[in-house]
Amino acid sequence: MAERGARLLVADDNKVNRLLLARSLALQGHQVESAENGRIALEMLRGGGFDLLLLDMEMPEMNGFQVLEQLAADAQLRDMPVIVTSSLEGVAHVVRCIELGADDFLHKPVNPVLLKARVDSSLEKKRLRDQQKALVERFATSAVAADLQQGGFTLGGKRVQATVMFCDIRGFTAIVESQGPEETIELLNTYYTLMFEAITAQGGVVNQMIGDGLMAIFGAPLPVAEPPLAAVRAALDMIEMIELLNAERVVQGKAALAIGIGIATGEVIAGYTGTQSRATYTCIGDAVNVAARLEAHTKVARRGILVDAPTQQALSHRITVDALGAVMFKGKAQAVDVFAVPAAA
Amino acid sequence: MPDTIDRAIFSELQDSAGADFVVELVGTFFEEAPQMIADLRSALAAADAERFRRAAHSLKTNANTFGATSLGAMARQLELGGLPADASGIDALQLLYDTAAAALKELCRG
Repeated sequence: MAERGARLLVADDNKVNRLLLARSLALQGHQVESAENGRIALEMLRGGGFDLLLLDMEMPEMNGFQVLEQLAADAQLRDMPVIVTSSLEGVAHVVRCIELGADDFLHKPVNPVLLKARVDSSLEKKRLRDQQKALVERFATSAVAADLQQGGFTLGGKRVQATVMFCDIRGFTAIVESQGPEETIELLNTYYTLMFEAITAQGGVVNQMIGDGLMAIFGAPLPVAEPPLAAVRAALDMIEMIELLNAERVVQGKAALAIGIGIATGEVIAGYTGTQSRATYTCIGDAVNVAARLEAHTKVARRGILVDAPTQQALSHRITVDALGAVMFKGKAQAVDVFAVPAAA
Repeated sequence: MPDTIDRAIFSELQDSAGADFVVELVGTFFEEAPQMIADLRSALAAADAERFRRAAHSLKTNANTFGATSLGAMARQLELGGLPADASGIDALQLLYDTAAAALKELCRG
């Protein structure tokens, strides 16, 4: 998914590195400016209008670590995506950068294909984040919006009735092995864009993405009239979008994708977890475990969408489901009644 | 000078950034690298280990960008080796740089 003309800032004290990075990014269609140390970079960022920062670590006056710290402490710049480009050796440096809030770490000399993939993916994530922020502002009560935007991450949660969804791509490892890294990143970007659209359109919030898997919550932090119904409708839309994507892929001679979705409803504890510099909205509770188990069980049941009994009851026959009987899941003392939601014909 | 410049890395750089641009970039490297080597010498004289490490680090990164892998490897040794007892490592690095620079000049003309 090529982003057109994003405005990027390259911060590097080494002239050769700076020129080369700026050139690579300009060739990818971006508008690039550069800074020769962290202090200048920060001043330029505070001037506004940048979409992404490519940051070297070792710089005079203010180094990359200090820039990351300053960004995290700045309410305006906290969400600025940062890709670290460095030839510092050792995993410890990489870990420290990520802990300080960097999105990604590229070793120098930077491979142009990887650079493109990481930049596109960071810009896409930023676009989705901006979209979610706009959605939060549109749908949430002003109190919730303020709570989310304040970003002070008041740790500690509250009990809410919510519906939890897990989704992933079947046989994704095989797909990854059958194609190049660039194609994989592009596929993931397309997949996430489609899934986000279906979920946010029903008032859900995607709060975790790991590889090809995602977790979404309906009912918190955004209020949703009927979380179970919204989640199942989102799931049906997701399946439909994958079908549309598959129609394109088959024409291009590519393998069709299949996704599995697990949905469960119940009382969960929701709130921000993490550290000051990196926190996510998440929820903890039985429904989370059940949703994850149901998602895994879609492989066994060979059905696209599985839901638990509380979700099925809340649908009150507005969407037909097939009862699959009770299943014992790992970590659960009691069997769970499983229902499959057939995709719309 | 078969091992001076890794041709595959150099032509990949030309392909991705454009041959004309690479000529300019090599020119920039020729302006900057002597300063980095001078930095190594003055940092050693001043017993400034951090400045020494950073100069070696910069040189390593730039050398590897152009496929001057043996120059990059020697700069890396200096980067990770701490402040050396004498300038013999810098002298050897200077020799390697001169060879690599000549080879790069040649490649840019080709």
